[in-house]
Amino acid sequence: MDFLIANFGAILFYVVAVITVAAAVGVVTLRNPVHAAVSLLLAFVMVAVLFIMNHAEFLAAVQVLVYAGGIMVLYLFVIMLVKIRDIGPGKVFLSGIAPLAVLGGVVLGCLIAIGILLGSMAAGDGGAAAMTAIDGETVGNTEAVGWLLYMKYLVPFEIVSVVLLVAMIGAIVFGRRDVALAGAGEEVEP
Amino acid sequence: MKLYDLIWLIPILPLLGAIFNGLVSNRLGLSKSVTNAVALLGSGLAWLLGWGAIVQWVLDLGIHHTHVVRLFSWIQGGSLRILDGSLAEVDISASFQLDAVSALMVFFVTFVGFLIHVYSVGYMHDESDRAYARYFSYLNLFMFSMLVLVLGSNLAVLFVGWEGVGLCSYLLIGFYFEKDWCAAAGMKAFIVNRIGDWGFLLAIFATFMVFGTLEFTEFFPMAAAHPEHFASAATVIGLLLFVGAIGKSAQIPLYVWLPDAMAGPTPVSALIHAATMVTAGVYMVVRCNVIYRLSPTAMLVVAIVGGITAIFAATIGLVQNDIKKVLAYSTVSQLGYMFLGAGVGAFVAAIFHVLTHAFFKACLFLGSGSVIHACGGEQDIRKMGGLKKYMPTTYWTFLVATLAISGIPIFAGFFSKDEILFKAFEAGASDLNHFGSAYYTLWVLGMVGAVLTAFYMFRLVFMTFHGEFRGGEEAEHHLHESPWTMTMPLVVLGVLSIFGGLVGIPGKLFHHPEWNLIERFLEPIILPIGHAAEGGHDVSHHAVSLGMEWGLVFLSVGVAIFGIWLAYRFYMGVEALVRPQRLAERFPLAHKLLLNKYWMDEIYDATVISGTVKGSRGLWEFDARVVDGAVNGTALTTVGSSFMSGIFDLRVVDGAVNLIATCYDVASRWFRKLQVGFAQGYAMVMVFGAAILLAVYYLFKLN
Amino acid sequence: MIGATHYVALSLILLCIGLVGLMVRRNFITVLMSLELMFNAVNINLIAFSFRLGDLAGQVLAIFVITIAAAEAAIGLGLIIALVRLKDTVALEEADEMGG
Repeated sequence: MDFLIANFGAILFYVVAVITVAAAVGVVTLRNPVHAAVSLLLAFVMVAVLFIMNHAEFLAAVQVLVYAGGIMVLYLFVIMLVKIRDIGPGKVFLSGIAPLAVLGGVVLGCLIAIGILLGSMAAGDGGAAAMTAIDGETVGNTEAVGWLLYMKYLVPFEIVSVVLLVAMIGAIVFGRRDVALAGAGEEVEP
Repeated sequence: MKLYDLIWLIPILPLLGAIFNGLVSNRLGLSKSVTNAVALLGSGLAWLLGWGAIVQWVLDLGIHHTHVVRLFSWIQGGSLRILDGSLAEVDISASFQLDAVSALMVFFVTFVGFLIHVYSVGYMHDESDRAYARYFSYLNLFMFSMLVLVLGSNLAVLFVGWEGVGLCSYLLIGFYFEKDWCAAAGMKAFIVNRIGDWGFLLAIFATFMVFGTLEFTEFFPMAAAHPEHFASAATVIGLLLFVGAIGKSAQIPLYVWLPDAMAGPTPVSALIHAATMVTAGVYMVVRCNVIYRLSPTAMLVVAIVGGITAIFAATIGLVQNDIKKVLAYSTVSQLGYMFLGAGVGAFVAAIFHVLTHAFFKACLFLGSGSVIHACGGEQDIRKMGGLKKYMPTTYWTFLVATLAISGIPIFAGFFSKDEILFKAFEAGASDLNHFGSAYYTLWVLGMVGAVLTAFYMFRLVFMTFHGEFRGGEEAEHHLHESPWTMTMPLVVLGVLSIFGGLVGIPGKLFHHPEWNLIERFLEPIILPIGHAAEGGHDVSHHAVSLGMEWGLVFLSVGVAIFGIWLAYRFYMGVEALVRPQRLAERFPLAHKLLLNKYWMDEIYDATVISGTVKGSRGLWEFDARVVDGAVNGTALTTVGSSFMSGIFDLRVVDGAVNLIATCYDVASRWFRKLQVGFAQGYAMVMVFGAAILLAVYYLFKLN
Repeated sequence: MIGATHYVALSLILLCIGLVGLMVRRNFITVLMSLELMFNAVNINLIAFSFRLGDLAGQVLAIFVITIAAAEAAIGLGLIIALVRLKDTVALEEADEMGG
């Protein structure tokens, strides 16, 4: 019990990490896209927990709201909308490319790992107070993030909103039946 | 400037005549008078200069002095190592010498030569102007060569003359070259001569190798001083020189050209084949007597060849029907006698016989020319006869010369021939060089030959001049004596045939050795050899007693008279020509053998000539097959290799080029896979690219 | 205890899994999901370092990442709709009109 209390952070981290990895493997491996979607959802939730552990409460909330609540719902919508065109009783993975892809992934992973090991890590744990401070004043994480977002990073904020707009338009364009069927350059009847 | 310093001019004068006649008279077709003048001047001046030089030399310097006139340095080679190891300088000069034997030769060569030039004026007057000029040009050229030969003071100059007379003999024998057989005869003479010349050249080389010099005045004393040292060398040199003499002087086996040489004009036969060229061989042997006396073997060979030739040619002459052929074989036979003389050591006698032979043989040939001229070109004695009354001068001179050749006393030939036969007997009696029995045999042969000589010569006289003319009515009308240009030389030579021998009276028979003028004259050339003993001249004169000597004289005369009587029996009188006919019928085989001259020419043709022709054909085949085959083979090889190159180019080179194209093809097929439009493929490539980039970055960072 | 290393390792693992899944899966939807996974991995990294370094910029950046991820998901799903309408399949290998 004492051990548990003493190392609660570590144990929690490991548990969450394991679940996240398992969920990730599930996403990649599961045949049925709905199952994969649910696995991804689990992964998202675990990532949110990780965020909380790092004193990023606002982002945890955003993660759950946007990812779990928005994007996953969207995925499920599309899956159901296209009548789950299953890839059939065929293979899950591309047999020709699979080994090479795995190899590539592993290699890249190792190389990045080497890079990380070669570099120096930030030690320490001392950012808790900074997570909730604006100019030294403790205001809470959300306020702090908001303040930074609209003060220092206003331009990127605006650009990202434009991106969102473009994405929205793009999605609408993609979604139009005629365009999809007729191809480009033909008369479009909305 | 004394005349004997101008001896080099003696050959040059006829040479100038030859050049003028050959290049100017011949080309421009000048008249015969011009040609005559030039030619007669050329030879006549040479005669006068020659006689004058001899007289002055005898009076001023004496016969013991060898007068050498050196003109210029002709051949200068470097130093050569000769047989005894020392270094000898090759320095041959164009120089002439006047000593006893060359003086003697000049004496009769120029004189007889001039006489024959005069004779030719008459004999050749029917020829065209250009042919006439050509003839005299050659004749003068011959005089030049012969005089160079006899006046030369070293073997090289002698050889120049030697070759020159060979050339002129070819030119003159083949004078009527439009006739094939005349041209062939000329070639035969030249080629057979050449074989002899080969031997002579080897002798020159050998002489140089042994003595280091070719000058007579140098190496003769050298040889004489050390007889044993040079004995074996002398054998070699002597034999090789004799090979040359065999060719030039028509001995067995190289005599075959002389009978055929009768194809040339008769004066040519008289000059070249009686008086001068053929005697060059004898001259050379006598000149080199030192060499021969050092080598008993060489002397014996010379004697044997001479003796056998003498009798062999005489036997053939017995049955010949062409007047010139009889005289030709007679010449071969007499030359054999001369070599017999040299071979028994009687060098003086040999040269003496040369001298007398020049007189009577030239007279005989010119007489026969006169006869042929009168008979309109007929040469067969069976178609002649009774010419005595039509051409008395020719007859009497011919008769005198025939008496001379037969060896009747007082006439020229008797003294010389008798001397030779006596010396042969003496060599046998004194067992010269331990070959006594051989020399006895040769003496016997010589005696038999004398019988035959008298016989066939008188056969000639009787058949030609006595009896009835057998040539037909028409020819008889044309019989006439020849013009004075032809008869004058006949008379001169006839007189010489009578009295010419008196210079060589064997005075010792009368206890007056000094009467033998010619022996005294030629004494200086017989150099004393080191210590006495083996020289032919040094042989004991007491082997044959005086009585024996007289006996031999009578024997040879008797033998000659016997021959004449036999000829008279056979060819004169009522039963003329019947007896020989009967004899021929009784011995048909022998008659055929002699008539066909032992088929020597046919034998040569079948063996040597066929062999040479087959050999050269074989070589030609070899060249055509093997050599040309090899050449063609290389051509084929080239073709083949170029074909291979072509294949190589096609397969290998083009293949390589195609290979590059194929590589591109394969590579492009590979690389095409990268761009199939397969997004995940792209993703993978990107992953790999990133991995590589990272790896490279780390490598750089680590270094 | 749990230092940056752990988080980076976790992030790396998730990234690699997502990468492999991206390359390997035949179903386009699942490919997009792997892509989302990769985004999350990045976010974990960002947040972890933001905390360690005491800099809120990391969190701001993470917000941007999430936003872009959302936009991209929208577009991607639109693509799926279009692909389904055109080819009647979600298998990526058949969305290939290039030859060879």
